[in-house]
Amino acid sequence: MLKVDSDVCIGCGACEESCPFGAISVEDGCAVVGDNCTLCGTCVDECEVEALHIEGGGRTIGMDIEAWSGIWVFIESRHGVIADVSFELLGIGRKLADDRDVALCAVLLGKDLHNSCDSLIAGGADIVYLVDDSALGQYREDVYGRILEHLIREYKPEVVLAGATAIGRSVIPQVATALGAGLTADCTQLAIRKEDGMLLQTRPAFGGNIMATIECPRSRPQMATVRAKVMAPLEPDTSRNGEIISVAMEKELFDSAVEVLETVQAETDQVNIQEVEVLVAGGRGLENEKGFAIIRELADELNGALAASRAAVDAGWVSYPHQVGQTGKTVCPKLYIACGISGAIQHAVGMQSAETIVAINRDEEAPIFDIATYGVVGDLFEVVPALTKKIREARK
Amino acid sequence: MEIIVCVKQVPDTKDVRLDPKTNTMSREGVESIMNPFDRHALEEAVRLKEKHGGSVRALSMGPPQAAEVLREAIACGADEGVLVSDRAFAGADTWATSYTLVKAIETIGDADLILCGKQAIDGDTAQVGPGMASRMGRPYVTCVQKTREVEPDHIVVERMMDDGYDVVRLPLPALLTVVKDINEPRIPSLKGKIRAKKAEIKTLCAADIGAEEQYIGLAGSPTQVVKVFSPEPRGNREIFSGSVDEQVEQLVACLKPFI
Repeated sequence: MLKVDSDVCIGCGACEESCPFGAISVEDGCAVVGDNCTLCGTCVDECEVEALHIEGGGRTIGMDIEAWSGIWVFIESRHGVIADVSFELLGIGRKLADDRDVALCAVLLGKDLHNSCDSLIAGGADIVYLVDDSALGQYREDVYGRILEHLIREYKPEVVLAGATAIGRSVIPQVATALGAGLTADCTQLAIRKEDGMLLQTRPAFGGNIMATIECPRSRPQMATVRAKVMAPLEPDTSRNGEIISVAMEKELFDSAVEVLETVQAETDQVNIQEVEVLVAGGRGLENEKGFAIIRELADELNGALAASRAAVDAGWVSYPHQVGQTGKTVCPKLYIACGISGAIQHAVGMQSAETIVAINRDEEAPIFDIATYGVVGDLFEVVPALTKKIREARK
Repeated sequence: MEIIVCVKQVPDTKDVRLDPKTNTMSREGVESIMNPFDRHALEEAVRLKEKHGGSVRALSMGPPQAAEVLREAIACGADEGVLVSDRAFAGADTWATSYTLVKAIETIGDADLILCGKQAIDGDTAQVGPGMASRMGRPYVTCVQKTREVEPDHIVVERMMDDGYDVVRLPLPALLTVVKDINEPRIPSLKGKIRAKKAEIKTLCAADIGAEEQYIGLAGSPTQVVKVFSPEPRGNREIFSGSVDEQVEQLVACLKPFI
């Protein structure tokens, strides 16, 4: 509960200005808290007379934090292949483990995956916990969740990371809830706080084009999911040494109520935008599907692919595989041209590590210009065709 | 078939505008809507009811204003709306939220099937559905794009994966989270809207559902926000000037390596 000390409050409005959610305002010379307050604490920090306090923060349930040690990465495999995101997480996991001076462990569940363990050690793991069983051949929510939960209770890692993939986003929340553990989804940054070794999880926070850094002060493990292409894998080093531990578990733990009757892999003639060097992206500024034809021409001229913001996909102008952003794909191409995209943080986190960013927008205040290498303030319906034409001429 | 659909009232994020000077959100004129994924969950529930009989109850945790989406749910075919609301729920993360919703279900009576949208468009975590299933000890599947078969004791659904989909069979009672591909929600009928207007939305507070203080709201949340900040502007930020042609000329000069 955010409490306002009305005797102390001077009605200066600093809180109102600082609130990212518009949840506090000054009425009759005193701050009043609205229903949509998320208790983020920004206004408490801003108040110069200390009139604001958050009461009842943090859980009082005790847990022996010190007993939990080690950084874990849940390794995802599908059809016998380890997902790239798992290696990316071993990359950041290695750094966290080194900062904490603890072991980095890869946790691999599946069938016939003994041969994959070496690549995990080469990718940075000190230990691979392998649970190999035919019951784990296909992802099933209950058995994967139960096995992971058991392993965590047994070995007590302080941090568990997983890819924010279809499987990760399905199983990790189940495990976190069962363990009473805090879980932060879609982190864009992970770091260890020097003072106390706590994992700091940073992600875009809804509304206000802001980032939030989150911690789990009283629960273990500290869990986080990360999308593909956000973190970087290590260069594989086959000279690295590590231990492979095959964990034996009671038969009953592998029971499952879920049956996979069929697996259908999509036929995609669709280009994977995460693997293309040049992307031309369109957003709400395109106004309709025809706007995308203009973008497509530019993309073709540069031998690139089409991308889009969530707004464009939600409007039905282009399909979801093209979506870049927090709920789409993360890309880091050599060139990203954003047309009619405002650059709100939920989009920016999906493309901000592109080498060169070009922004074309008629609103000079659009946040996209803050992260652009080059910007053109203008009507994209004029600028983009002109650009396409000039490039075509330059090629000749 | 008894079905409970969990719905959330969210700001229409596509209308959220930014004040570039203060980097804060302007909520003026921003509509509150039913979370789009939940709308699809509700539609699926109503279709199942129409096919197999039974009832659909809509449940939401939110401020008093959230009763609006429960009325909307009734207009779209739900039989009943239940709001669980209490100041003490403020600041809840997904762990505390799933706790609260499950306590509410224990109070109002369980269902064969619980349907949730895959994620809320404000939090985007997709964590509450699986969290609820974990607490209730019931089988669940996320990202359901189609229900193929529904029998009294089991269901067969298509679960979307990153590279396609799996066809999955699970027993009832179960919980499903659904994606937008699953159906095309209907427009509420006039009859539905009248029903919704007249309906009484049952409202339950923390005490009504026997929720323990230590597990709800901010106090019950294992994740805590340390700080909130605006990202630093980065990048060259070289903005061209002149006519369209002049600007394009300068831009093309900078993009030489790509041409």
